[in-house]
Amino acid sequence: MVGCISDLSACLIDAGIGPGLAGFLETLVGTLIVTLLPLTLVIILVWIERKYSARVQDRVGPNRVGPFGLLQPAADAVKMITKEDITPAGADRIVYNIAPILSALSVILIWAVIPFSPVHIGVDLSIGVLYFFAVGSVGALAVMLGGWSSNNKYALLGAFRVVAQLISYEVPNILAALMPVMIAGTLSMQGLVHAQAGMWFAISLPLSALLFFISSIAEVGRTPFDLLEAESEIVAGFNIEYSGMKFGLFMAGEFLHVLTIAILTAVIFFGGWLGPGVQEVPALGWLWLAIKSTILYLLALHMRSTLPRVRIDQLMSFNWKFLVPLSLVNIIVVAFLFKLVQELGLTPAADETTNIIANLPQTFILLLGNLAIIGGVLVYLRGLGREQRLANEMAAAVDEDVEHHPHHDEEVAAAAVAD
Amino acid sequence: MVSLWVYLVLAAALFSIGAFGVLARRNAIAILMGVELMLNAVNINLVAFWRFVRPDGGSENMFGQVFTVFVFVVAAAEVAVGLAIIISVYRSKRSVIAEEVDLLKW
Amino acid sequence: MNIEITFETITFAIFGVLTLAGGIGVVTTRNLIHAALYLIVSLFGVAGIFILLAAPFLAAIQVLVYIGAIAILIIFGVMLTRGMTHLPERFNRQGGLAAVVVIGGFVVLLVGVILPVWGPNGAVAAEAQPIFMTTRDLGIALVDKEQFVLPFEVASVLLTAAMVGAIAIARDDESRD
Repeated sequence: MVGCISDLSACLIDAGIGPGLAGFLETLVGTLIVTLLPLTLVIILVWIERKYSARVQDRVGPNRVGPFGLLQPAADAVKMITKEDITPAGADRIVYNIAPILSALSVILIWAVIPFSPVHIGVDLSIGVLYFFAVGSVGALAVMLGGWSSNNKYALLGAFRVVAQLISYEVPNILAALMPVMIAGTLSMQGLVHAQAGMWFAISLPLSALLFFISSIAEVGRTPFDLLEAESEIVAGFNIEYSGMKFGLFMAGEFLHVLTIAILTAVIFFGGWLGPGVQEVPALGWLWLAIKSTILYLLALHMRSTLPRVRIDQLMSFNWKFLVPLSLVNIIVVAFLFKLVQELGLTPAADETTNIIANLPQTFILLLGNLAIIGGVLVYLRGLGREQRLANEMAAAVDEDVEHHPHHDEEVAAAAVAD
Repeated sequence: MVSLWVYLVLAAALFSIGAFGVLARRNAIAILMGVELMLNAVNINLVAFWRFVRPDGGSENMFGQVFTVFVFVVAAAEVAVGLAIIISVYRSKRSVIAEEVDLLKW
Repeated sequence: MNIEITFETITFAIFGVLTLAGGIGVVTTRNLIHAALYLIVSLFGVAGIFILLAAPFLAAIQVLVYIGAIAILIIFGVMLTRGMTHLPERFNRQGGLAAVVVIGGFVVLLVGVILPVWGPNGAVAAEAQPIFMTTRDLGIALVDKEQFVLPFEVASVLLTAAMVGAIAIARDDESRD
């Protein structure tokens, strides 16, 4: 029975089914799992998310429908489906209907390349990471189409903002994912996991992991970067005109996206399905991946419930003035150090890649480089903060002067400007 | 097995469609889209020739794909600059109809 | 002529139809937003063709660059030139002439493509062998000093120049301070 989980087609052939049919059935079951699993998970995710943020904010959260409110998502779904489906006058009907589908699709398609265990993966593309970014870019398109086709200027304005945000944060996101790809020497998801058998990339490349996680949160549009669909901003953003299940699809896509990026971060930086006993029982990989991604998912939820929202200009300058330069510096430093490690012959030998001891020198050097960048950035930010604080104190002092000599305030202001 | 000439016919058809768009459309943005179609037809040709004429792997046989990558780069640059010009023209003339931008005509 | 109905043939037919139908949509649709959507369909079809031709890296780049960046840029362009989205006249005065020229050109291309296969000399079309790892080879070719590293660098300079140029041209004069 356990064998069936690891290799379904061999199991079916044993049971007396022809090889062709067995292969087809295996593909069919795999496809169904990869597409239906995320759609089923969404229902649980909604409950977890509402309960978690309620607890953080000292509320009880859903507790009326079913035990612990577990049936609340079902009730929500029924409500969504029974709502009136309104298409605004003057809307572009076809585009208006395609947009929510594209939005959910762009997330579900990512699941095709997620490795759940050594043997369970939708398809191990040789360009897995690139596929993830290519599919993700369809999400921006969905937002744009949804905002435009609603025939509502606020929806359009919201869509412009969202697309600007998505395109901007894609830059540090890709640059951060480039580091593990460079060190593993492969774009395939399984290849990335195998490359971490000796050491997780999160330990040798903590800065890249952090950059990837932060910019992914922004790609998803979660607090603190959630002004694209925040309830209090431009009348809820690009999806204002959507109602019923179409709005539900946008929401489902968003909820699912958070879990998806948690899983991807786990796969790319935290060793994916790697864990004790995976070599003997491949199905254990599901458990390890689930544990790792749940921790990251809860971290994202915690960020959502505790951090304040940023303004649009802060959002943009944080990306272009902080994340992008930092990722570029990171690339140069890591690439240089990795080449150095190779030249010094400190990379683990081909037969020792799973040995932690053999991986230590390389990890140590890369980690040192990362820590040096982080330290440098912190020192720089400290200097910047002090400068700002001094400027504020100067301004406050000037203000006090103005209060003491109300008649001279114009002269003082002129002096301050001259300063 | 789909043969080389089928890919070439597909590329030729796409190229002709794009050329028609470039020659006949009035809106400058539509003309730009026609150019994109033509570039894509060229890309199909390049990759198809690479696949069928130089199929023995190895990095010294990658001309077709390499040139496609350069076409991508040039296409991205072309769209960025092209749209910038179109928007600039729209600001000054309130029009993006290619025939109406005729300052250089006698 | 015998055409085997295989998985590859069916896939090629689907992507080929997507490519051409999308292309026809681009040049004939009146609404430019719809034209941009047809462009995306067509480009997606080309990405599928790339996968059939054993170039998965190019297919992913096609989706990422064309659909994720160029198509969105074009949609932005259409939206920023509102009022020009629905022109009453799609084609200019030389539309008919252009159609004739293009069809003539297509026929010439067709003859040029098909004659070597079916003509008197009857050159046999090359059979493609299965190949793998083209992504790694492409990467090596792009940065190999014997091959394409110089064009590669020039391409990045071109992108920088295009970016600076686009910003300089499209910049709004009134907002200059």
